[in-house]
Amino acid sequence: MTPVKLYPPKPEKVYFFGTCLIDLFYPEAGMDGIRLLEREGIEVVYPQAQTCCGQPAYTSGYHDEARAVAAAQLDLFPEPWPIVVPSGSCGGMMRTHYPQLFAGTEHEARANEVAGRIYELTEFLLHVCQLRLEDRGQPEKVAMHTSCSARREMGLGETGPALLARMGQVELVEQARATECCGFGGTFAVRHPEVSAAMVEDKTQAIEATGARRFVTSDCGCLMNIAGRFEHQGKAVSGEHIASYLWRRTS
Amino acid sequence: MSASEVQTFTPREFHRQAHDALGNPQIRANFRKAMDGLMAKRRDVFSDWDLETLRELGANIRLRALAKLPDLLERLEANCQANGIQVHWAENGDEACRIIREICQRHGAKAVIKGKSMVSEEMHLNAHLEEAGIEALESDLGEYLVQLNEQTPSHIIMPAIHLNTDEISEIMHTRTGTERTRDVDTMTAAARAQLRERFMAADVGISGVNFAVAETGTLCLVENEGNGRMTTAVPPVHIAVTGIEKVVEHLRDVPPLYALLTRSATGQHVTTYFNMISSPRKPGEHDGPNEVHLVLVDSGRSSIYQDDELLDTLRCIRCGACMNHCPVYTRVGGHTYGTTYPGPIGSILMPHMMGLEATKDLPTASSLCGACGEVCPVKIPIPDLLVRLRREAVGEGRGNVPGAGVKRTKKEVAAWKGFQWLATHPGVWRSSTAIAGKLQALMPSKLGPWTEYRTAPKPAKVSLHALVKQHKAKRHQADKADESGEKRS
Repeated sequence: MTPVKLYPPKPEKVYFFGTCLIDLFYPEAGMDGIRLLEREGIEVVYPQAQTCCGQPAYTSGYHDEARAVAAAQLDLFPEPWPIVVPSGSCGGMMRTHYPQLFAGTEHEARANEVAGRIYELTEFLLHVCQLRLEDRGQPEKVAMHTSCSARREMGLGETGPALLARMGQVELVEQARATECCGFGGTFAVRHPEVSAAMVEDKTQAIEATGARRFVTSDCGCLMNIAGRFEHQGKAVSGEHIASYLWRRTS
Repeated sequence: MSASEVQTFTPREFHRQAHDALGNPQIRANFRKAMDGLMAKRRDVFSDWDLETLRELGANIRLRALAKLPDLLERLEANCQANGIQVHWAENGDEACRIIREICQRHGAKAVIKGKSMVSEEMHLNAHLEEAGIEALESDLGEYLVQLNEQTPSHIIMPAIHLNTDEISEIMHTRTGTERTRDVDTMTAAARAQLRERFMAADVGISGVNFAVAETGTLCLVENEGNGRMTTAVPPVHIAVTGIEKVVEHLRDVPPLYALLTRSATGQHVTTYFNMISSPRKPGEHDGPNEVHLVLVDSGRSSIYQDDELLDTLRCIRCGACMNHCPVYTRVGGHTYGTTYPGPIGSILMPHMMGLEATKDLPTASSLCGACGEVCPVKIPIPDLLVRLRREAVGEGRGNVPGAGVKRTKKEVAAWKGFQWLATHPGVWRSSTAIAGKLQALMPSKLGPWTEYRTAPKPAKVSLHALVKQHKAKRHQADKADESGEKRS
């Protein structure tokens, strides 16, 4: 069970770790996360030397390589500011697995210290910023897929839905088997493509059955998977990172 | 599949078997329906419990037992012997089979009746006994059906969960001459009548063990059908066979584990039967076997025990909740894994028993969604152990799993070394993401298996690194303008 976390008061500055998927495929989602934070009066520091948290190598068993990549990220956050990550998957890697990865190494203390400052974006917006949202969009139904790492590794199954509940015009609908994995799993989708495909097929069917024509997620891996499946089938259901959705409707 | 087809499964063929299962609507429907039901029952039965506290307690009981394992096994042996139970040690499945066969032969046994035991499946005991001319009949209803159909269990708790009513009716008709029916009670009654005769005729009863209590020398057996009690009480000889990790220290350790086991497995508050076997028939008693034997099997377990991380695998109380909640198991079913124990627990246990060469596709057959670890009643960190076995498979672990390093290929090592180099050279990283964006049009629209089911992701024209730079520059200018504006005013 995730231990009870005491959230700090809203800080003046935060670091933003954008994640490699967002950097390469969904940069606007990263920018929208930064804009939401800046609107709360927080200065967002984006270290230009950031690359990837190392998770793909970690889950593939290549821990020497993962450790080298992760060690390079540890240097990016010298000041004691919170580190906000717009992904439960990368956030979970940094919060949960960095301490495991560096246990017994020279970087152990620093890895633990960095891990203690990691916040997933929706968690930070909800619990630290106490975000107020003024929804200017049209009324619509939306489904949310919370990533497995946000839900189980970080214990954040409720933060995304709680933010959406603050949107006056948004009706959050829950798809069947909402807590089930979408089948992305990083390299899993490549190593076991048919099983992964069966999983994402079920996920898209469940979302479609809610009647929502839009879904949001706080992880771009799931987004790439689910939205990619919808698009492949020519379905009129579109997906978006929750940061973009919140920013678009409230800015 | 029809009752006449005999299929064999192997973990080496996981991909092909998964392909077949995914394309089999009957298998898909049977598992989905059954697993949905089991998940709902578990959720409901725990709804008024402080589940986290109970899981913590269960985990601690198992951790304490494992911490004292060598000592507890000696105490178990001594207390069983004091109770008149004969204790045997087997280093592997073959040795356990030989011990059991010899006991059977000493009694001139021609037929044995079996209660449910996954350890006996692990060692292929039935085949071994058949070779020696001893007929072994399964008496657990699910195991009986699976045996009639010449299959292996597809689930550790519900061995015939892959079959639906019609398929079962067909099997019973073909194999036992039972009239075809869709009425479950009629089928159960028929099976009961068939098995009842065999209980009476059996020379030896063989069962598993759920908990072996060291301080009292008691063997606990959890079951619903009464066949476990019949197996252990009717024939003149009872042989219990179990893995060495099933020992617990105290009798008081059993209720919390039992509470977790039945609720996690089938969503039951209690099972219909809970047997505590503490001795053979005593003088003056009217029933029970004249001899009770306990066969304690290692089969790789003490090797798992040597590793302080992998050790957690041995906490398992065999409830099956990890498979019930696994999105992969739910879709491909138990046979696809080709191992005695399927699903997440199988993927962390079988590599030790069969080696990573044969089982190399199992630790990766998980999206690491964490559902298994979340429901495990003794809090085995299954996802972490899957990752650990992936490390072992690619030769970056501690090397103490058979077949370690078997998946290490030059090509994959080069790919990850390349990733490492790129991700530790931020300047190169930034220019390559920029190039990827600029060359968007040249990106292949086919990305192997990904694009068979999904569209290919398109690299953005401008990376986040670059967007943030532009954004900061704009803000900086705006701030400057503000400042100069302030100065002017």
